Amino acid sequence: MSKKYHVTTSVNGDEYDFLCEPQQSLLDVLRDNLMLTGTKEGCATGDCGACSVMMDGRLVCSCLVLGVEAGGKKIETIEGMAKGDTLHPLQQKFLELNGLQCGICTPGILVAARALLEKNPDPSETEVRYWLAGNLCRCTGYDKVIRAVMAAATEMRGA
Amino acid sequence: MATILEKPGFNPDRQYKIVGTSPVKHDGFDKVTGRAKFAADAFLPGMLIGKVLRSPHPHAVLKSIDISKAAALPGVKAVITRDDFPEIKQGTGAGDMTRIAMAREKVYWEGHPVAAVAATSESIAKKALKLIDVHYEVLPHVIDPVEAMKPDAPILHDYMRTKGAKGPDAEKPTNVVERSVLAICDVDAGFAQADFIVEHTYDTKPMHQGYIELQSCIANYSDDGQVDLWCCTQAPWVYRDRLTEILKIDSSKIRIQQSELGGGFGGKTTFYLEPLSIVLSRKAKCPVKMTLTRSEVLRATGPVSGTQSTIKMGCKKDGTIVAVDSTLIFQTGPYTGSAFTNAPQAMLTRYELKNVRTVSYEVVSNRPKVSSFRAPCVPQVVFGVEDCVSELARKVGMDELDFRLKNAIVEGHKTIYGETFNRIGFVETLEAAKNCDHYKSPVPKGQGRGIATGFWFNRGGETTGTMNLAPDGTVNIILGTADVAGSRMSMSMMAAEEFGIPVDRVRSVLADTNSLGYNRVTAGSRTTFSSGMIVIDSARKIIAELCRRAAKIWNVPEEGVIFEDGHCRPASSNVGNFEPLSMKDIASKTTYTMGAIAGHSEMNVTGAGPGFAVHIVDVEVDKETGLTSVKRYTIVEDAGKAISPLQVEGQFQGAAVQGIGWALNEEYIFGDDGRLQNPGFLDYRMPVASDVPMIDTVIVEVPNPKHPYGLRGVGEVPLTPAMGAIGNAIGNAIGIRPRSLPMTPAKVLALMEAGAKAG
Repeated sequence: MSKKYHVTTSVNGDEYDFLCEPQQSLLDVLRDNLMLTGTKEGCATGDCGACSVMMDGRLVCSCLVLGVEAGGKKIETIEGMAKGDTLHPLQQKFLELNGLQCGICTPGILVAARALLEKNPDPSETEVRYWLAGNLCRCTGYDKVIRAVMAAATEMRGA
Repeated sequence: MATILEKPGFNPDRQYKIVGTSPVKHDGFDKVTGRAKFAADAFLPGMLIGKVLRSPHPHAVLKSIDISKAAALPGVKAVITRDDFPEIKQGTGAGDMTRIAMAREKVYWEGHPVAAVAATSESIAKKALKLIDVHYEVLPHVIDPVEAMKPDAPILHDYMRTKGAKGPDAEKPTNVVERSVLAICDVDAGFAQADFIVEHTYDTKPMHQGYIELQSCIANYSDDGQVDLWCCTQAPWVYRDRLTEILKIDSSKIRIQQSELGGGFGGKTTFYLEPLSIVLSRKAKCPVKMTLTRSEVLRATGPVSGTQSTIKMGCKKDGTIVAVDSTLIFQTGPYTGSAFTNAPQAMLTRYELKNVRTVSYEVVSNRPKVSSFRAPCVPQVVFGVEDCVSELARKVGMDELDFRLKNAIVEGHKTIYGETFNRIGFVETLEAAKNCDHYKSPVPKGQGRGIATGFWFNRGGETTGTMNLAPDGTVNIILGTADVAGSRMSMSMMAAEEFGIPVDRVRSVLADTNSLGYNRVTAGSRTTFSSGMIVIDSARKIIAELCRRAAKIWNVPEEGVIFEDGHCRPASSNVGNFEPLSMKDIASKTTYTMGAIAGHSEMNVTGAGPGFAVHIVDVEVDKETGLTSVKRYTIVEDAGKAISPLQVEGQFQGAAVQGIGWALNEEYIFGDDGRLQNPGFLDYRMPVASDVPMIDTVIVEVPNPKHPYGLRGVGEVPLTPAMGAIGNAIGNAIGIRPRSLPMTPAKVLALMEAGAKAG
């Protein structure tokens, strides 16, 4: 058994402690240690984006971050996206416009799309497509995903 | 008095309130908040983690396996090999299944399981795998199906003889599972009438379904021999019965609960980890969770068949196709099961043809066993068929859609496989394509446009469901068919439509295998149709019962009660002046009438209406690199009746982009050593958002006369024409039609260079 490390981190504003093996990824820690299973594993090589989370305000693939690296950082996951009873406009638009089918890639896409809209509140279709190029979806063909992001952006701008 | 679904005919006069709208999916809320529970999202107390040791060789005799060091590692609770599975004869269905789960005499592909370990942590399980000592006698391998048919090819199974073969070769060991001939009339006489004949050979490579959710399961084998299995599957009942066959455990003792399904597309119709986790759990006496890695998914779960097709097609000057003669070869991995006979049945079904002959071969080879993918074995062949059709249209000098319209089948057509079609919508679909904005717009400069058409049977089959009326008048539907993209919501909508109540008063859930009767696999575009029949039938049974209860409460004859908009009412003023009774009014008082009200239905559903589609694609090909960009894409398809139009569009769009991947990028690349060289999403590159445009859709609605609302399945059809349409578009852009999938930049560039040399 490899030595375990004690890590303290903040997830969605709450402080968490966990013990992790040195090779464990942040994704493994979120899912297996903290039971925050909204963040999904699709590849564990940084190619599919299903495990997208924010770390200190930066969009990362949590499968490419070690659990120990999360120490002292602020992690934001899909579980923190809705505020109380109010869904984030992106979540709402994905529901209304059928921006999801099976839903396995949806948490990662929502986290990534929120990061885009925080940076660029008025993206073009092409900008949305390139920003989400790191998030694989096999069900939708992306059409309704892109439309939902554009619609949420419009709503968030108050347009 | 409501009628129970005895004659499930289409009612053309029905006015819809809910069907045809697109309310938010009930399962969507948990999916946007991260709370939906997919297979890998479950944990059990005391759970161990299981991992699989896989063969590094594509073909070898499994001489010996020594597990002693692994079993002795602290934290390891069970190690299993072939010795832990019942012996079942080779060359039988169950014999093949058990050998796919765990190798016995030989390993047949790189990634074939040879042992599995359950341990207290993943890292210990992985460490234990390295301590298992396996001795292989490596054999020559063969992966390409055409190579595998050659007389000197390495033979996978000494016992295999070709089904349907005649002559001296019929008795020799072979890799050809079956030779199948489907023919009508006389192709030679047909070609004798032809003014134009085209003939080409096409090849396609294995590609993967590409679902994002990794297969995962938890098995718990209790001391009394009861198995609880949690997994992602399109086919819980099929899994149960196959597990019974290979593990010799009674079906009644295997309870499978399906999780949310994170994509399947046919790839989750067969099990991989499930038997291993059950046997590990039995041995370790703990629940065992197993999850595949992406590399394992690509190396060891079924990609589609690679194919080679030779297609010869002839027509008269007036555009009438007179004969088609084809030879098709399907690669199936080490065991039969490609469903290759779909291809000769479906590849041409949409054209009125007098003389057809198709000779098909299914061939084993050293790659993972094929699994289904939307319209199994059909899109690969349509890739060639639609090239021949377009080329003949050009030779005759007809518009490509007009040429297809001239040869299109209509109601009353007798198919090559013996079915006579009821009302179908191929002509309407072609006409809608001709009238759509995309087809009427000129092809942009520097681009090429392609069109292609496709067909799928659509399926029915054994289906069971239950519906319960709660005391507050709300409705709960219990389904057995897996929900691959929103079918639970379509079921809730159909029930709400029958009752005339808001859809939010209906909820659909997915049952485990002990809670309902048999349900066939969710595949073949059957679920919304088949489970929909069950739901409508169950709702009508409940409505009949509500009327009976109202009659009893009012003390009037049953015929005196009608049901509309969620209420029982007197049929006329002659019956009496009663206040309408709501579903809640009756359901809340069942204690005083005859007890709880439920509807239940089981059917072997028939009458699935066939579906047809036309795809129109504009592409641009980079002259320097050969890179193809899809610029515009329109799908026109007959859905019969779209229950939820947004969901139907989603099926079309998703299939189109899978087709773009298959057409342009996706393929299994094997090294000379028989190992997969691209077992990850970086090198096995599926389309990303920036690779594709918006996908336009036109939903045609020609009702299926065998369904109360007229619906037809829509899952398979929209993949069938995709690569054919893209191939035709590239052909029109560069002047030479590619005939090998995927149409990579290198292949397209080579075609352009060859074309330039030829002048």
